[in-house]
Amino acid sequence: MKLNANIPSGPLVEKWTRHKHEVRLVSPANKRKYDIIVVGTGLAGASAAASLAELGYNVKSFCVQDSPRRAHSVAAQGGINAAKNYRNDGDNVYRLFYDTLKGGDFRAREANVYRLAEVSVNVIDQAVAQGVPFAREYSGYLATRSFGGAQVSRTFYARGQTGQQLLLGAYQALSHQISLGTVKMFPRQEMLELIIVNGHAKGIVVRDLISGKISSVMADAVVLASGGYTNVFCLCTSGGASNVTAAWRAHRKGALFANPCFTQIHPTCIPVSGDYQSKLTLMSESLRNDGRVWVPKNAKDKRPPQDIPDGERDYYLERIYPTYGNLVPRDIASRAAKRVCDEGRGVGVTGLGVYLDFRDAIARFGEKVVKERYGNLFEMYREITAEDAYKTPMRIYPAIHYAMGGLWVDYNLMSNLPGLFVVGEANFADHGANRLGASALMQGLSDGYFILPYTIGDYLARNGVKRPSADAAEAKQAEQETAQRLNKLLSIHGKRTPVEFHKQLGKILWENCGMARQEAGLKTAIQQIAALRDEFWQNVIVPGSHQDLNMALERAGRVADFLELGELICLDALTRAESCGCHFRTEFQTPEGECLRNDADYAYVAAWEFGGVGKPSQLHKEPLVYEEAHMAQRSYK
Amino acid sequence: MKVTVRVWRQKNPQSLGGFVEYEVKDVSPATSFLEMLDVLNEQLIKQSKEPVHFDSDCREGICGMCSCMINGEAHGPENKVTTCQTYMRSFKDGDVITVEPFRAKAFPLVKDLVVDRSAFDRIIQAGGFISVTAGSAPEANTVPLSKYHSDLAMDAAACIGCGACVAACKNASANLFVAAKVAHLNLLPQGAPEKDPRVLAMVEAMTKEGFGACSVSGSCEAVCPKGIVTSFISRMNHDFLTAALKLRVHSARV
Amino acid sequence: MNSLWKVFTTTIGKKAVMAGTGGVLLAFAVVHMAGNLQMFLGWGDINHYADFLKSHREALWPFRTVLATCLLLHVATGVFLTLDNRQRRGTPYEVKKLVGASFGSRTMLISGSIVLCFIVYHLLHFTMGVTNPEYLTFQDSQGRADVYRMIKTAFSGLAIAGFYVLGVGALGFHLSHGVRAMVESLGLRMETWASRIDKTSIVVACLLFLGFASVPLAVLMGVLK
Repeated sequence: MKLNANIPSGPLVEKWTRHKHEVRLVSPANKRKYDIIVVGTGLAGASAAASLAELGYNVKSFCVQDSPRRAHSVAAQGGINAAKNYRNDGDNVYRLFYDTLKGGDFRAREANVYRLAEVSVNVIDQAVAQGVPFAREYSGYLATRSFGGAQVSRTFYARGQTGQQLLLGAYQALSHQISLGTVKMFPRQEMLELIIVNGHAKGIVVRDLISGKISSVMADAVVLASGGYTNVFCLCTSGGASNVTAAWRAHRKGALFANPCFTQIHPTCIPVSGDYQSKLTLMSESLRNDGRVWVPKNAKDKRPPQDIPDGERDYYLERIYPTYGNLVPRDIASRAAKRVCDEGRGVGVTGLGVYLDFRDAIARFGEKVVKERYGNLFEMYREITAEDAYKTPMRIYPAIHYAMGGLWVDYNLMSNLPGLFVVGEANFADHGANRLGASALMQGLSDGYFILPYTIGDYLARNGVKRPSADAAEAKQAEQETAQRLNKLLSIHGKRTPVEFHKQLGKILWENCGMARQEAGLKTAIQQIAALRDEFWQNVIVPGSHQDLNMALERAGRVADFLELGELICLDALTRAESCGCHFRTEFQTPEGECLRNDADYAYVAAWEFGGVGKPSQLHKEPLVYEEAHMAQRSYK
Repeated sequence: MKVTVRVWRQKNPQSLGGFVEYEVKDVSPATSFLEMLDVLNEQLIKQSKEPVHFDSDCREGICGMCSCMINGEAHGPENKVTTCQTYMRSFKDGDVITVEPFRAKAFPLVKDLVVDRSAFDRIIQAGGFISVTAGSAPEANTVPLSKYHSDLAMDAAACIGCGACVAACKNASANLFVAAKVAHLNLLPQGAPEKDPRVLAMVEAMTKEGFGACSVSGSCEAVCPKGIVTSFISRMNHDFLTAALKLRVHSARV
Repeated sequence: MNSLWKVFTTTIGKKAVMAGTGGVLLAFAVVHMAGNLQMFLGWGDINHYADFLKSHREALWPFRTVLATCLLLHVATGVFLTLDNRQRRGTPYEVKKLVGASFGSRTMLISGSIVLCFIVYHLLHFTMGVTNPEYLTFQDSQGRADVYRMIKTAFSGLAIAGFYVLGVGALGFHLSHGVRAMVESLGLRMETWASRIDKTSIVVACLLFLGFASVPLAVLMGVLK
């Protein structure tokens, strides 16, 4: 298979403009003849569905939640980047492009990232026009703040709820289209299979989660906006419903899965407190502006933190990285925390945590100032831990947060399966090996509002209306496979619950393919996951039937797919024998313990082709050829 | 700690529902309420019994999917938090906790603690948006907006659409939910052109969905996990009455 | 929504009717109370005031018609909304805590019903003289109807005075929530004004209660000779 990224020719700055001119158009009168399926209603899915409907296409939108407004984009806190240069501080499209590319440790596709930076400004315009209440200055103009990985202030925000507000903007645009009848909304429906007809993606099999009814929905193109797969780790910052099933079903039908091992770790999350825990909660990275990170020097020191004198504390970030101190980038802060905990100096009941101390900030500025800056975060911390962070340091630990990897797409956001488009976190394209803060919202909305509406038209214009009926043999077969799979899950009657398998899988992955990875561990993990998967299909227990709402069955189906994905993540991590961004192979590090990239051998996108369960996946490489940027060693010392 | 949960079980809207008591042992006070239900469900699944169905997704208090009346209070005993952010330390060892679904005729029951809140979506579809198509937006800083109004709009926009206001209201009124969206959009200059038709259409949709009247008792404000205040309801009433009194023909929007 | 009538099909429209009619009734109550307080000025003033009102028949009846219409609309809409609201829950809760709602707000139907009974009795008692026809025969030294004596006679009995205090007490509770609800329903209880209006509501209720109750209490305690 030859991967063609379809990057337009011409200079980097002109590619998108030229491409927009070159793509074929569907005439207004013909647009209504096309049906498009959009799976997922997060930022990318809702914006895509709304924009496509505004153009005149018939859109069918699906989500697993009870309302499209609940997709997990809602939980994004910090903000959204855009190269507006409102602060007159030297920002521009090129700088945003370069920061994003560098932040991704030069493992993203150059042309995609440039386009992302280019349309970022339109996203802000669109959101403001929709009524997104971004923070404003007293002048009445938009406010911005600084974020990691950039030297300019380009992050727009709506308190700590930027994701929620942007999602509501997209949801409202979607609601408008629903009221006009151009979008038909299907909430509480889960995509369980992709239907391929003559090599093109032409429909999906969905299960109505309330009635259990399995049916096929056909269209002229299918857009997956089903989000990231970090829930494969079980404990992460994702919502409970976030899953890989839609993307994985497409992968099994031939769509390539790219860079699955690129999963981001966020350094400031509230640590795990017990086995019952269902998720990890993120605390905004901004806390590191005033908080100091430390652990006791002596591993046996079990005194309460306030009783430990300064001389017996190890402010390890300030010690190891004197220039950046507590403000080192996410991956470096995360790895350093893991290192001190591995030495047995971690704090809290589990020993997996470090202190984030505001004592000095409170002494310097007073409690009032600290409250003004971080009051809502301290309050959130108190709700969850019942501890007062004004009196005793917070405990934090890194957690899995975002998936840079995803289904492979070309410049048009189309996968290698014609007619299958992938947008938002579900695709792999823009963040390379590490995503900068406030870039996820930018990408999801850029894809949905301003990129897909152009590129999908090109595919439709070239292929015409060729929508098979839902009675097509391919559809019937896919439905049958889906039903068989559900029946199989229900008929095993084993002894272990889907959640138990999920937790065990997450543990294997976190230990062997988390913050630090190495060959031996990855090889063991691959075997362990394969064995766990075999056990799952013999020993899982799923009560109830598939003919009504069944939480256990939903979970079991998702865990089954995670068990296949988990193996691929480890295989990808094993194959990529270099360190880059979030992917830290302990064998490949600089003397200072930083990532040691190998551009000569690994400057490629690893796109995996499904080979069958338990059989090796096949690797296809898309070389990363940079026309303008230069791959340099990242240094934050 | 050990607790007894009396939980409403109902297989589907047609069947009869009732309370079933379960004992959950060894609950850590640091467990969230929903994690306690997770533990219970794991026990049930292991016994080949159907788990207690409840809605939840983000588990950090922002998606609005979790619901539940816990001991007669929407989202449980703590103020300004959702059920997922309610922790077992709010209860005592040996407590009997009654868990019911959000009840309103406009929120028909689906199964156990799961209800159908799509009425909210239909109200938003009636007018809870600004009709700007992608590509037609002017430069973002073209229209300045005072910080006061921007902050006020954000206060209203913080609504997560969970439906606790409806569940707690003795009339199952949706006024707080609708008012929050009307206020958010009507306060902004971008929302001004559609101000009148928006409020008329949304109020009409709210009435059609079968929510009750507002008795201004303030229960909704007291249970709202996001602290939305009832003065937004007054703002909606104002916008509605002035729009209605203009006596213009507001046909269905296109 | 294209006609004014449709406004009244919405709950907000009905609440506006409640608020508007309530407002008229409240204004009347304030004026009525001011009139009552003339008792403390002596028999001459109150009897003069009563005589003044009765001598303007051309204004009296339209005025009464407006009041009666408002009362009727207020009661009818209130009863309709209350019954309608009770339908909105469906399956009731097994356990339901009342959070946020004040005592006044939860007892609007009860306090309203007591006030209505009180108004009916009050009309039969003083205005029409059905219960005590002898009151209408009282005349003062200038040949006017002796309202002063009528009130004094009526309230010297504990039962009647007590019932009046109860009636205006119910009115107080009704208004403690009613004023606030009225302002809210008319769309004027916004932002920083909200808490001030809530407090004002209680102050207005207390003042009206004290103003109305002062007359029977003063008679009972022998303050009014």
